Formats: sequence, structure tokens, C-alpha cells
Amino acid sequence: MPKTLFEKIWDAHLVATRIDGRELIYIDRHVLHELHAPHAFESLEKQGRPVRRPDLTFSMQDHTVSTRPGRTDTSNPDGAPFLRAMREGSRRNGIRVFDLGDPEQGISHVVAPELGMVLPGATHAVPDSHASTVGGLGALAFGCGTTELAHILATQVMALKRPKSMRIRLDGRLGAQVTAKDVALKIIAELGVAGGRGFVVEYAGSAVRAMPIEQRMTLCNLNIEMGGRSGFVGPDDATFAWLKGRPWTPQGAQWDQALAQWRKLKSDDDATFDQEHRLDCSSLEPQISWGTDPSQVVGISERVPDVANARASRRAAMESAYDYMGVAPGAPLVGLPVNRVFIGSCTNARLPDLEAAAAVVRGRRVADGVIAMVVPGSSSVKRQAEEKGLDRVFRDAGFAWGESGCSMCAGGNGDRGEPGERIVSTTNRNFENRQGPRVRTHLASPATAAAAAVTGCITDVRQLIAGQSLTGNA
Amino acid sequence: MQPFKSHTGIAVPLIKDDINTDQIAPVQAMRNLKPDYKQLLFMRARKRDDGSENPDFVLNKPQFRNPGILVTGQNFGAGSSRESAVWGMLANNIRVIVAKSFADIYRENCLQNGLLPIVLAPAEAGAFERRVIAANGATPFTVDLETQTISGPGGPDITFEIAAADRTRLLEGLDDIGLTLTHTEDIVAFEQEMAAAQPWLQTARDSRGS
Repeated sequence: MPKTLFEKIWDAHLVATRIDGRELIYIDRHVLHELHAPHAFESLEKQGRPVRRPDLTFSMQDHTVSTRPGRTDTSNPDGAPFLRAMREGSRRNGIRVFDLGDPEQGISHVVAPELGMVLPGATHAVPDSHASTVGGLGALAFGCGTTELAHILATQVMALKRPKSMRIRLDGRLGAQVTAKDVALKIIAELGVAGGRGFVVEYAGSAVRAMPIEQRMTLCNLNIEMGGRSGFVGPDDATFAWLKGRPWTPQGAQWDQALAQWRKLKSDDDATFDQEHRLDCSSLEPQISWGTDPSQVVGISERVPDVANARASRRAAMESAYDYMGVAPGAPLVGLPVNRVFIGSCTNARLPDLEAAAAVVRGRRVADGVIAMVVPGSSSVKRQAEEKGLDRVFRDAGFAWGESGCSMCAGGNGDRGEPGERIVSTTNRNFENRQGPRVRTHLASPATAAAAAVTGCITDVRQLIAGQSLTGNA
Repeated sequence: MQPFKSHTGIAVPLIKDDINTDQIAPVQAMRNLKPDYKQLLFMRARKRDDGSENPDFVLNKPQFRNPGILVTGQNFGAGSSRESAVWGMLANNIRVIVAKSFADIYRENCLQNGLLPIVLAPAEAGAFERRVIAANGATPFTVDLETQTISGPGGPDITFEIAAADRTRLLEGLDDIGLTLTHTEDIVAFEQEMAAAQPWLQTARDSRGS
């Protein structure tokens, strides 16, 4: 019977079916972070249960770490107990920690792929809803809670109900300054914040094939913002080329053997999906969120939607979003003054993201009164960016250049905006109060965020760049 | 896990769709490893900007200060996977959430903690909401998992559906890890087969030797 790639990976990892009907899915790689793992270590120890496979488990310090240069455990005092408990719990259980000061520390969803811990067709678990970021490499990843995390530590399996399968075909060529971030925001705007609930999503189509791996990760990262259980892109030659030589990948003859297996990782042509969607991306413009959930999104040239044209079920949320965001229905977003710009997070802080932002910033200055900050997704990304001189571009323009971590995405490390501030942010959630009490968050791509930083207002980055080239020609 | 058989309590109407975990349990409230889970539940909505209590928020109203059942809209628990968004409910003695639908990870976290997530069909959900609003905290409702019914003021008992396996797990308070560990032999066999077929999945090694 023809199968989807999701079904193939699932079936290849099915250990047994439990008496309660849940399927035990083997987890090939388990990546922890310090906000949740300490509680799981403690509960397992109380139960007297050991960690089954510490060798397949990795600990990252990312959610609560300070981003200040020269940081220590106590640079963010609230984070210190988490960092210590993570370090000690991991040591007691024989788990490798990517600690403060480790040259490869960073956000779990950035570090695991860049080190090659993520492999096509493998299963992953992270106690974080953005686990499926690594789906960009063709891995099947599940976010989980703290009790499930303890379960995986003790058993190396997750007890799951089989999700349904969805395919989203993305066709057409992306225009200039249009990225996976814009595509993902558009998809969420179309399908809604619960449109993916209960589904594992395979992203397919020519637009996905044309995306560099880092953008595929951005696409899969945002899958949870429409409620998706997991999301991935089937691996291809670009995937294999990206992975080759990364330190934790199989080497030598084993690489060749693995590659032969990975080439089979495709949905069968005649496989059926429970749901299919299609989006032509060729006319898509840069997108930006105007409201307080990631489906409240418009194209940069569009106006804040009018409640009168919306579905009845969405109206109350829209009215409340106008008020919270301080935007008026029918008003353009372009030109709204911003107080702060944040470029970072598991969504958009890989090297090409920083390069795209730097290309906009180069030769310009952060507008007066705007606070702008770049936080690389990992310490490796930070080092590579510095080798390319990107830190100089940002610093010379007036950006702060931080040490790696989750930073202002969830504000777990104390980085946040001041009440009432308007922020353009490359992160994943524009929920009320997430980036600080009463902070107004607009989600956008790194280039759009950079354009806001240098102009001091929400800006169509394409026009900013066009203005530059016109001046250049004059 | 604490078993769930039945629970009687005041039903609180928080009728809104897409309530996310940043609203239920803000990450900023998790300032130490053992935060006050009772206090962190809907922490922001409970307070005004000056730190004083917001009298308009439903859980601050006198009749809803000791809730037992939360009644809400679509896609409850969207967002982060943080389990504190469930622990905060339990710390407030809320052991049942009746929603039009739940976010996947949130629902899993409920089942892991003996918190009963109930989804009512749209027509029934509307009728139940009206009864909860009319009761206004004066008379409690009882949710019985054995009979799969909700009973209380304003109308007949309501029957709800739940997967048999989830029901058994909650009724018996099953130890989830213990249940899986009955399959230890299967796990060992799987690992051996995988080590032979795709050895790179069964070993994770830094090829630089560190």
C-alpha cells in the first residue's frame, strides 16, 4: 500500500502498541533544555528510574541564559537555579551538556542541526513546541511536556496516538525579499492557528525545493503556530550536501550507507493524505503580523483588516487585537513607528538570516530612538557571523550584538520590551505580553525587521532597497 | 498519577477561543524551579497594570474564587509545551476543562496529570455554556468519568465522549512509564535491529573525538 513519508518514518520507529492503544515510537535523538529538564530529572530520581539512553540525549542551556557579553550563571539571576540544576542533573545522568562557555552552546533547535545530530528519517523529541524546526532536514520531531520528557528519558520512546497527515504544496518562485518566514506566516493566516491540529505536515512543491535548508527549518519551525503536531520537508540532495561533514553525522562508509537509505525517504506518488493544501507563492509579498496571534497577518503593502469582512468567529479576537496593538482597521502598517527591533530565535537566527538582515543594515544606521538587537541562534553562528564581519555591520549601525540564547522570543532570560513598546521581531509568537507586559509584537522576516530598525517604522524592505539602488544610479 | 473518578466544583466560564499557554502560565512567572503554581495561573489577567487585582477577571469574582471546572472555547492551550499551564490548574483545584477543542500538546499534558479534558459537540457545548453562565457559581457541577456525564443545575445530564484508553488511564491513575516499561523487551529488540540496520541512529558520536 502506498505510504506518505510520515507514515514510513512512523512505521520504521514503531516499537509496539501499548495496552491502551498508544503506539510506542522510538526516539533517535532527545534534546533537552534547562527550563523543563530539571523537573523531569527530579521526578525520575524520586521514582528511582535511570535514564535509558544518555548517549542519545543532549542538554542545551538556552531559555534562561543571559545574552550579555561575559555572561555567567548569575547574569540573569532568575536563570541561575535552572542552569545549575540542568548541569548537575545532566552530569548525574551522563548526558552531554552544551553549557555556558561551550563554543557550541546555543538554541537547541539551531545547535542540533548544525552539529549534524539531526538526520533525515530520524525521530526527535524536545520539550519545546518548536521541536519540528529540525523537520527542515527531513526528521520527524515532536514537542512534549515535562512528564513526557521524563517518560522519554526512562524509556527512549514516546507513547503517541498516530496523527493524521497533511501535505502543503508550495509552488512558484519567491520574489525578492520574500522568504520562508513570509510563506509560513501566509500559510498560518490561511489555515488559522488551529488549522494543523492533529496533523503531521509535509511541506512539498517547487518553492520548498528551492529553499535553502535554513529556510526549510524556518518553515517547519512555524508549523506549531497553526497547531501542527509536527512538520517536515522530505530530504533531497540539498539536505545531504548540507549535512555532509558535520561532526555528529555518520562518517566514511557509514555515511554512504546512510545516504543510500536517505534517498528512499519520499512519499509514494500515489500516497493519500488526510488533507492537502496548495499555495502559489509567486505573487507573495513580505508578510507581517498586525495582531496578537500568528494568523493575524497581512502583506506588507496591505492594510489592517476590517472586522466587517471577517468571519464571525474571528471578530471578537480582532477587536481585542486592534485595541492591544494600537492599530486601526483599514490603516496601513507601513509607517507605524517602532521602538525596538529583535533579530533572533529558533525561527530566524541562523547565519543566512543574519546575512539577510546585515545586507539591509550595511551602510545605514539604526533610527534615532530605536533599540535594536541581534542574538545569534548559536555560539557557532555567532562566530561564523563575526568571521564574516557581520557583527561590525550591526554594531556600526547601532545594534546590540548578543551571546546566543532564546532571549526576547519568550523573555525567559529577562530580555524584554517596555510596556507599550512596538517591536518588530523575527520570532514566532506575537501573543499579548509575551515579549514584556503590554509589548506590541509584529512578526516578520529578518530583512523586514532590519528595515524597521534603520527607518524607525514598519517598512517595505523592497522599497528601501529600491531607493538605495536608485540613489546609486543617480 | 492521581486517579480521576469524579469531580464536583464550581464551573467557571472563560468563553474565548485560542487561549494560549502564555496567558495561562507566563514564562516570566517561572522565576525559580518551584514557582507558586496557584498564583501563576492566568497571572496577567488577574492583575491590573498597577499590580492590584483586576475585579473584572472571572477568576477574581467572589463566586469563582474556588473553581473546580473551567469552561472555554476552541483550541485551548495553544502555544508553548510548558506543563506549568496544567500544574497551575491543579494547584487551583481545577481538575476538568470543558473546551470546544484543545491544542494537541496541552491535551497530552492534561492526560499526564489526571486533569480531564472534555470536548463537547458544538451544540452541546453551547447549551452547557449557557447553563454555566446561568449558574453563575451558585451551584456546582459534577463530572463523572465512570458514567461519562456532566450533571448540575439548569438541565439534564450531559454525556461526553472520551477515548476508552484515555478514560482507563485517568480512572486508574496509571503510571505511564510503568505501562511502557512492560514493553522493555520490545524496546531492546528494536534497538538491536536498528543497530544492525541503521547503526548511525543507535550511536551519536562527535567524529572530532571530543
